[in-house]
Amino acid sequence: MSTSTFIAERHPSDPLFRADRLPHIWCPGCGIGPAMHAYAQAMVESEIPLARHVCVSGIGCTGRVPGYLNMDSYHTTHGRAIPFATAIAIVKPELEVTVYSGDGDLFAIGGNHFIHAARRNVDLNVICINNFNYGMTGGQVGPTTPMGARATTAPFGNYEQPFNLPYLAAATGAVFVARWTSLHLRQLKQAFLRAMKKRGFTFVEVLAPCPVGFGRPNDIGDAMEEMTLYRERCVVDASARLDSLDIDLRDKERPITLGNFVDIERPVFDPLAMMRPAGERENHAALAGKTQEG
Amino acid sequence: MPVIRSARVPLDRASVIVPAGRVYVIPQRCKECRFCIDFCPKDVLVTSTETNAKGYRYPVVAPGKEEACVHCEFCSLVCPEYAIFTVEGPRAEVPA
Amino acid sequence: MTVARADAVLTGQHFFLGDHAFAEGALAAGCRFFGGYPITPSTEVAERLARRLPEVGGIFVQMEDELASMAAIVGASVAGARAMTATSGPGFSLMMENLGLAAMMEVPCVVVNVQRGGPSTGLPTLVGQADVMQARWGSHGDYEIVAYSPASPQECFDLTVKAFNTADQFRIPVLLMADEVVAHMTERVTIPPPEAIPHVERKRPGQGPGDNGFLPFKADDDLIPPMVHAGEGYRVHFTGLTHDERGYPVLTGPAHDRLVRRLVDKIRLKAWQIVEYEEYRVEDARVVVIAYGSTARSARRAVTLAREQGIPAGLLRPITLWPFPGERVRKLAERVSAFVVPELNLGQLSREVERFTSLPVLGVNHAGGAMMPPEPILDVIREARG
Repeated sequence: MSTSTFIAERHPSDPLFRADRLPHIWCPGCGIGPAMHAYAQAMVESEIPLARHVCVSGIGCTGRVPGYLNMDSYHTTHGRAIPFATAIAIVKPELEVTVYSGDGDLFAIGGNHFIHAARRNVDLNVICINNFNYGMTGGQVGPTTPMGARATTAPFGNYEQPFNLPYLAAATGAVFVARWTSLHLRQLKQAFLRAMKKRGFTFVEVLAPCPVGFGRPNDIGDAMEEMTLYRERCVVDASARLDSLDIDLRDKERPITLGNFVDIERPVFDPLAMMRPAGERENHAALAGKTQEG
Repeated sequence: MPVIRSARVPLDRASVIVPAGRVYVIPQRCKECRFCIDFCPKDVLVTSTETNAKGYRYPVVAPGKEEACVHCEFCSLVCPEYAIFTVEGPRAEVPA
Repeated sequence: MTVARADAVLTGQHFFLGDHAFAEGALAAGCRFFGGYPITPSTEVAERLARRLPEVGGIFVQMEDELASMAAIVGASVAGARAMTATSGPGFSLMMENLGLAAMMEVPCVVVNVQRGGPSTGLPTLVGQADVMQARWGSHGDYEIVAYSPASPQECFDLTVKAFNTADQFRIPVLLMADEVVAHMTERVTIPPPEAIPHVERKRPGQGPGDNGFLPFKADDDLIPPMVHAGEGYRVHFTGLTHDERGYPVLTGPAHDRLVRRLVDKIRLKAWQIVEYEEYRVEDARVVVIAYGSTARSARRAVTLAREQGIPAGLLRPITLWPFPGERVRKLAERVSAFVVPELNLGQLSREVERFTSLPVLGVNHAGGAMMPPEPILDVIREARG
């Protein structure tokens, strides 16, 4: 061993994790780990006390994120993280509630909850690790699997149109919409920070390698190769048309567009809004209108 | 993939203070994804010759790169296992 | 924990719909979160709470479906609120998933199921009692459940208060298994003054969040761990996975048996304390009718008619369907000659009765659609008398 490599027992970020549970269950090269680290660092930098951050997940590989974070964390049922988290956010509005889950959990089994929470503009941050497949169960086709990609339940290639997640989130009412990857970690952390500072329903999509479930059957090779693909093909364009954000990994000429695409204001979900004095409500509406014009 | 380095030299290069970093590794956490090695902007790291208990070769500082780390912390950010980090060491002036 | 607020408790005499009595019972119990989805014949619970909850600073949310409704009340409860939903058969089926989550995470909450005819869409506006076994076994895996069966609007109020207290005491989901007849019946309901409404506090940890040795799922001798809420600084982890006392997933057989056995035993060993029933003329009865909900009202009439005809009949009315008052059945079986079990299904609670006696158990069954009249019950009482 090189004499200039120092051996450590603990990582400086360990207090943010349930370090007694590390190493985690994720495969070598899985993109969830870096994205979780960026989230943990954003929590610290958010200046919101850690005790006021809450993380909620559904089921799947990404569903395990809250279990590794040293915070109030809830690992719920498949697809139901958003309604569970919605209730926490409205019962205790002083909490900063983040749903951290995967593409299958949030957009297949949980798709209905996503669109309604976005429509209501619940004060929630939704972080979606999109690895284009169901990883935990062994690489099945999902709602974001690109056309043509192979999966254990799409052995001849996926013949379904996948979701364009930022487009979906924006259309259904999210006030902040971003897409980054598990390689673009500084930008990702900034997007998480923006989401935490913002009231209302925010959505950050994180493209992440799943070398075992998605990479291997799709000739991407190992995780390094997918990360390299991100480095070579990602372009940052915050003003890109939302309907142009489809991802097609097969088309080597086609860029993968990243950025913070949407940052608007809308009235935030408040079940007691109609019980408040009219002036208070109007101010709220005026604020929303002003920002939209600006 | 070939690494392309900029041929341009900043005018203030002589006066810039670049931080120096010391590399810390937690060998038992490493799963040998190589992200830290391949994405290090200064190519500081290589895989170890030894393996950890699970058979993975973890990152170590490459011979001749003992002074190369600039403490950009990208290895720490990109590591899926929280198995590597850098600590800012004594600053050194960039040799002209 | 929310305490009874004077304006939340409508102390006095009222003429209430059963569904409205559920709503007022919830408010009197300190319920401050309702997440629901419209479904006949429980919609009036939601409608009343949509008006009444905001008046007392509570939260009413009409969710996108019953999956979300159930998930939301579990979420509201982990944040510290007393929370309830109300539904009927099709929605109850959707709620089974997160009912299991509440059992596994030990999150108190209350679910009203106003039963209608099933399976599937069945008879949306007409009565049924066919979700009795679903209430007990509807979610996958082993768990115990507490299910109350109100037979009048007054009981809709009283048992809702009790359901919240039982849920908080044992950290479990509690069911109110009503039927359409009781829920749509209007009768006198007496609401006591706030100080006379029983209130059981959720057990809370003795140690503060700073204590590193705190184990959020370490049960006391009563097999119930104290509950911590989101945002209190304990940094707890709740999971639907099999977990240890730290709340961490441990996916092994021994850990699973330890956890599930505790979840089941915390109810089974206290079943004697939870079980409730009412009896009518059983002292010298030779034939005992066992009936619940609206059917118990007809059964009571049938017993009276049988007595007038010289047949020594009596009525055992389980107020808790689950835990079932089986020990009482076993005791009665020592001196009666038969049991008659009328119900608006093709034989559900009768199976439970059979577990506690070798005497004849005669069903009086109709799949639902109308209230059970006393006459067919009387006919079977006569038959049982021989």
